[in-house]
Formats: sequence, C-alpha cells, structure tokens
Amino acid sequence: MKKLFAALTLALFWTPAALAQETQERGIDTIINEAVAPISNFIVGVVFYSVPVFGVDFPLIVMWLVIAAAIATIYFNFIAFRAFKHAMELIRGDYADPKDAGEVSHFQALATALSGTVGLGNIAGVAIAVSIGGPGATFWMILAGLMGMSLKFAECTLGVKYRNEYPDGTVSGGPMYYLSKGLAEKNLAGLGKVLAVFFAVCCIAGSLGGGNMFQANQSFQQIVNITGGETGFMADKGWLFGLIVAGIVGAVIIGGIKSIARVTEKVVPFMAVVYCTAAVIIILANITEVPAAFGAIIGGAFSPEGVAGGAIGALIQGFKRAAFSNEAGVGSASIAHSAVRTKEPITEGLVALHEPFIDTVVICTMTALVIVITGSYSNEAGMSGVELTSSAFESVFPWFPYILALAVVLFAFSTMISWSYYGVKCWTYLFGEGQKTELIFKLIFCIFVVIGSSMSLGPVVDFSDSAIFAMAVANIVGLYFLFPVVKRELESYWSRLQEGQIKRYRTTWLIHTD
Amino acid sequence: MTDIFLLAVDGSEPAGRAAEFAKARAKAGGARLVVAYVIEWSPYTFNTPEENEERHKRREEEIAKAKGQVLDPLVAAIEAQGLEVEGVVRHGNVAEVLSGLAGEKGACQIFIGRKGLSKVKAMLFGSVAGTLVQVSPVPVTVVP
Repeated sequence: MKKLFAALTLALFWTPAALAQETQERGIDTIINEAVAPISNFIVGVVFYSVPVFGVDFPLIVMWLVIAAAIATIYFNFIAFRAFKHAMELIRGDYADPKDAGEVSHFQALATALSGTVGLGNIAGVAIAVSIGGPGATFWMILAGLMGMSLKFAECTLGVKYRNEYPDGTVSGGPMYYLSKGLAEKNLAGLGKVLAVFFAVCCIAGSLGGGNMFQANQSFQQIVNITGGETGFMADKGWLFGLIVAGIVGAVIIGGIKSIARVTEKVVPFMAVVYCTAAVIIILANITEVPAAFGAIIGGAFSPEGVAGGAIGALIQGFKRAAFSNEAGVGSASIAHSAVRTKEPITEGLVALHEPFIDTVVICTMTALVIVITGSYSNEAGMSGVELTSSAFESVFPWFPYILALAVVLFAFSTMISWSYYGVKCWTYLFGEGQKTELIFKLIFCIFVVIGSSMSLGPVVDFSDSAIFAMAVANIVGLYFLFPVVKRELESYWSRLQEGQIKRYRTTWLIHTD
Repeated sequence: MTDIFLLAVDGSEPAGRAAEFAKARAKAGGARLVVAYVIEWSPYTFNTPEENEERHKRREEEIAKAKGQVLDPLVAAIEAQGLEVEGVVRHGNVAEVLSGLAGEKGACQIFIGRKGLSKVKAMLFGSVAGTLVQVSPVPVTVVP
C-alpha cells in the first residue's frame, strides 16, 4: 500500500518533467505550472469559500481564525498582556530547575518554533498585504498578531500536555495528539480521531505548500532579481534553482548532515537582527515621515482610499497575512513547542505567547513601516511580494537587495527544515513511525521544492495559503472543546505562582552580579 | 569538620594532572573530594526540531558516557586510596556550574587543570580555568 502510494506520487510528479523534455520550447516551468494549477485552484476554491460582506468577498476561513483568536483573548482574560513579563522570565530560564540543565530549554523550544514561522511571511507576505490592502492592512495585521498570542498560548499548552513520550526518551506532540487524546477524555474519541487525521492530512499539504513551495518560489524570485531580473541568466531556471535547493534540503533531512542545519540556525537569528536593524535605520532616517505613516496606517485601516472593499478589504488582507505569518490557530508551532522539558505544560504555552508577538507585532510591522514610509507600496510597476520589500529597502540602501536575497534564502531554508519536520510528524502519525515511512515523505518534500521554484507566484501563494488554513479548521474545532482544559491548567498554575509555590531557581545556578 | 575540595574533570590529560594534585592535597589535609564532570551546554542555542525531539535521549547518553568513561573509574580509584569522594555530572557553562557547585557542596577550594592555550586561542575560544578564576566564590587552584 505504502509502496504503491509512493510510486503513484512519483509518477504523478515526474510525468510533467518527462513531458517537458519533449516540448523544450514551452519551457519546463510552464508545463509544471499548467499541470499543478488546476489542482491548486480546486483546493483554493474549497478552502477560501467566501461570502460577500458589504460587497467584498470575505473568506470564511479568515473569519474563523479571527473569531477564534478573539474568543481565546477574552476567554483567557487577556493572558497575552497579563503574562507577558512572566513569559519573559520563563524564556530567560529564571524558573528552570538546574537538575533539568541539558534538556530542551524554553528558549530553545521558542527559538526552534520561531525559525519555522519567521520567514517569508514577514518579508513577502506583508508586502502582499500592503500592496493589496493599502497601509491600513498593517493595523489589522498587528491587531491579529496581538489576538493570535492567546490562541498560540492555548495550542502550545495542549501540545505539551498531550504529547507522546516514548521509552527511548524522544517525544512527539502537536494537534494530532491533543485532538485525538484530548477529545477522547471528553468522550468524543470519534470526533477527535477524525479531526486529528484531517489535521494531519492538511499539515502534510501545508508542509509541502506554505512550508516548502512558497518558500522555494519566493527565494527563487529574489535570486532572479539580483541576477539581472527577467532578462538575466536565472530568469527561466526555476527548475535548476529548485534542484540545487532540493539537494541541500535533502542533505539535511535525509542525509542527516546536521552541520548545514546548524550553520543556518545560527545565521538565521543573525539575519533577523540585521533585517530589523536596517528597518529601524530606515525608519529613523525618515523620522519626519513616521507620523504621516502612522496616519496612513490608522486612517487606512478604517477608511482606505483606492482599496478594493474599503476597510473590510484592508482588514481581510491584514488578517490573512498575519495568520499566514504567525500561524496562530493553525497548530503547526505546537508540534515544535512540544519538545520542551517542563513539568508544567502551561509554561510552554506562556513562552509561545511571544511567538506571534516577535513574528507579527515586531518583525512584520518593521517591514510594513518601511514599505509605507518609503512610499514603495504605491508603485507604478505593480510590484508585490519580496520584490516590493526589496525595492523599499533599496530606496535607502542600494546594496540591500543582496543582503535581503541572502536573508530570504536562509529564512526560506530554515522554514523548510521546520516544516519538513511538521510534515514528517503528521506523516508518521498517519502511516506509523519508522525510518522507511519518514524517508518516503522526505523524498516527496524534496520533489516539491523543485515544483515550487518552477511555478509563478499566484498559484503557489494560493495553494500554500489554502493548505495551511485548512489545518486551522480541524485545530480550532478541537481547541474550542479543549479551551476549558487550558483554563484549568492556567488557573492552577497562576494561583500557585501568586502564592510563591512555583520555585524561582535563578540565583542557585547562575552567578549574577546584580 | 572536614574540608571539601571540588575537583573538575573532563577526561583530558590536564584534568588527570589536576586529579593527581587534588588527591595528594586531600590526603595531606584529610579533605573530602567532590569530583565534577560538567558537560558544556547552553540553554540559549538554536536547534533544529529533530535535535529538540532527541535532546532527552542525547542528554542521558552524555551523562552515561561521562560517568562510564571518566567519572566512575576515577571515583573508584580515589575511594581505593581510602579517601571520601562523591561524583557529580552536570550540564551548563563549566565555570558557572563549578562556582555554583562549590556553594552547593560547601567546597573551600576548586582544583582544575588547564590546557595551556596560546593567548590567541584563549581569546577566541575562551579559557575555562581563566573564567573560573574570575567568577569562583572560593580560591581556585589551576594545575598546569
């Protein structure tokens, strides 16, 4: 059965490539595009089923996410703000038991999850939101980021609480486990299983879409931009770029060459700092424009000019891109957060609060501010995605496209590594743990890198959006049932914390001069 | 009350010399020895999800290796000489953990070997013994 499936997958995706050799003149890229677009269009149509609201198409799925985030924010009594400082102390390790030194720390779990979310969404996604939704989309994006914190808190708490711990010391966690185990506790085992399987299937698609094809595609665009644009050498070599990236990704996830991953994981935070520093410099250099930019952002949020659908149009774009960037409610980060060593699942949830904050409220906002301040969003050329961000930065630092190209490729790479892991976890949840099962998925993953690099932007973004948002359907249904579990954990933890029963270790194992 | 000496080891040659020296001091002064093997580790690194997933397993392996290859044989050898001794394995920043251990175990002195790095190497990679001398709450004997 499994072998058959693998063979089918290979046949399905290698046929276009074989055809391409016969019809050289049409180009391999075009043929892959034509082969995948109908499938992608169908999936997109289902996931993004929209209803007209005040004359604008409002995708139900975006409403679904925003309502869940708003409910989580209220239900947990604005936990994101209440626990912001405590979460900071947890990340710093103030409450880490020295006996657990050497295990996965809160910081490490957060950093790993962040490297999966901080990526192209922050650079390209924001540009798409601002170019379609106007500056006002930024406002809604920040709001969605702030509300998403509570949702992320809930899903990461559950991820740790219901994870599987195997005898050899490894762990597996994530929505597929809390959906099946958590709902079984509520006598809804059947529903839980269905949701878990649905989630796993969508997560596999999401890992191949947003976690892979979108990343490959956008980093390829960036390479094209710096190698002479549409007339340059790389312009129609998407498949070549794809093969190279697939080779490197394969070396890490299949070959187990940790050194490549390690270099990336070290360089990515550095690039994030470089990126934010450059953004801050641009903002400071144009400090006189800042009030006007804020005016445009807030004004545009409620009464935008020239945006399809007016305020609702801006809102949809902002919410959509925030959700795509920080993935709150999607459930993916919960898989990464589950590896932490803690006796209190709630602590990991609290730490995870910072993820949408850093991702959306800090980094995405930086990008948006630069695009708005430099006025690049109202371009004549109709630029979007990475190209727009790149030109916004370029208008101040002419050499920035090269740095950005490097950042994009590295972000894309680390996001791919993270998503390949999410995909593997869901794959093994469905087909059973085992080296062979994992290998099949990893091979498929590499093939999709090539497909992603060869497609034009439209179908790729749509497909990756739809796959990732579909995960949220199952995840959020489950979350509604499990919110009370999180609340119970939170109340118990919070009261013990107030009474001083949660031990603060800091001084016993670190030397502090203060 | 007997004095307690803290001895840092890592299976290297300089650590072996430090052990010999500390043993002799402990014997002469009738002190108790705490032998510590600290595995360099930081809670602030960036890992891949796979590394995080396997971390607990790897940690157990690291501890087993430190005990089996270095600590247990050394502790047994010291005990055989009629000294009172205890072995400890910890993860963390070596200098910080040793300083913390000195406080925790009530040690009055720390013994540590040094690799004898050149100035450039010490600047690039940091010197554990050098750092320890700076942060330790008790006197440190650095054995060349």
